[in-house]
Amino acid sequence: MKKTPFTEIHRSLGAKLVEFAGFEMPVQYSGIIDEHLAVRNRVGVFDVTHMGEFIVRGKDAAAFLQKMTVNDVSKLYEGRVQYSAMCYDNAGIVDDLLIYHCGDHYMLVVNASNAKKDFDWLTSHLEGDVTLTDRSDEFSLLAVQGPQSLATLKKITDVDLSAMEYYHFKTGRLAGEEMIISRTGYTGELGFELYFRWDDVAAKKVWDAIFAAGKELGITPIGLGARDTLRLEMGYCLYGNDIDQTTHPLEAGLAWITKMNKGDFVGKSVMAKAKAEGLRRSLVGFTLSEKAVARHGYPLMANGSEVGHVTSGTFSPSLERAIGLGYVSTGNDREGNTITVGIRGKEVPATIVKIPFLNKS
Amino acid sequence: MNFPDNLKYTNDHEWIRVEGDMGWVGVTDYAQGELGDVVFVELPAPGTKVQKGKSFGTIEAVKAVSDMFAPVSGEVVEINKDIQSSPEKVNKDPYGAGWFLKMRVANPAELGELLDVNAYKKLVAK
Repeated sequence: MKKTPFTEIHRSLGAKLVEFAGFEMPVQYSGIIDEHLAVRNRVGVFDVTHMGEFIVRGKDAAAFLQKMTVNDVSKLYEGRVQYSAMCYDNAGIVDDLLIYHCGDHYMLVVNASNAKKDFDWLTSHLEGDVTLTDRSDEFSLLAVQGPQSLATLKKITDVDLSAMEYYHFKTGRLAGEEMIISRTGYTGELGFELYFRWDDVAAKKVWDAIFAAGKELGITPIGLGARDTLRLEMGYCLYGNDIDQTTHPLEAGLAWITKMNKGDFVGKSVMAKAKAEGLRRSLVGFTLSEKAVARHGYPLMANGSEVGHVTSGTFSPSLERAIGLGYVSTGNDREGNTITVGIRGKEVPATIVKIPFLNKS
Repeated sequence: MNFPDNLKYTNDHEWIRVEGDMGWVGVTDYAQGELGDVVFVELPAPGTKVQKGKSFGTIEAVKAVSDMFAPVSGEVVEINKDIQSSPEKVNKDPYGAGWFLKMRVANPAELGELLDVNAYKKLVAK
């Protein structure tokens, strides 16, 4: 099992460590609900070093990414980040990812469990003047998220973070380390992600500086358990649960990043056809009013027959009720519609609701 | 981790405290730690007959759901309604306020098949 430069810090803090995507990662420290609420109300720090980072450079890099990803890469400029996805020829999703425009190159940030597959997929499509490098083992990555994240990080950097807009980034020093500081995250809160050199000494220095700066603001380390409940309250997709090689972006609620008019890209023709014929199903959010939790794989039913399945489900610590995402067939996917979830042989009523579950504005 | 020595334990990480022919049942400190934050507990209605080793209810934690298995056979006499409104008691006080149910033990001989505190400590240490 691989370790991140923070693994021993997590252990010393009493985290429960589990294997995730080949890494030994903290799943929780004090408890998922505690950690979840700390991010919603104060500030929390996530070690997400396991994420993969690829560098794409060369004269034809932009054209290559335009072909390989669904969003419009031409809209990017230096210092701008874009959420996107990569599809197979049949429009099934290879991965969802972030693309950073770094001036003379791009950085792709991919899911840890997909990194090798993504790299191979991209490599098999390389053409023209493009070089692709896997630098996943060279970056430490911390996410600092929550309403007090700005107040925390401001104390330890000269980079003007207040002026930084959502999905933008800057490079500069924080806690004495050169890094990419990006106004991104997977929680729906004000937050930043910090990419810096993979090194035990640098890791400890940055971790300690962040926790010293955030101490009076109630800063807390956050595990993968709360990362999942936080993203689910926002309705953000998780690869392997809500999206995978059997789902395409349009049915997954990712039409907003899928730019059908940007020119050709891998998976486009299949999606154009699916759209013209009418989508057969879509990813929806639902809540349960009973004391039960819908889990990945449970059936979704309407009028006694199965109309889909749950892809993610949990107890929402903010809403104090069960929430979930799942695919349902067209016609059953309207907001306000009542369906049921098959939970251990019982049909529990569920109401289709607007995503995000949590209204942050 | 806390292991009271006045309890009998099961391989499924439940405990039973017996007084006369009555038994109080709950999950162990180890179990609540492994489950993580408990959010719902589904218990059988008083009067329900439960059978040793068979599922009698479920615990929903944030991450996963688990079955609970009757440590011995008998009849449910009372359930802890407090943990249905405040399930966090299961995490905070698994041997006290976080108890699940009170049952009439049908066959006291079954108690002899359960683990004592030392045997349970060994199980958890594995």
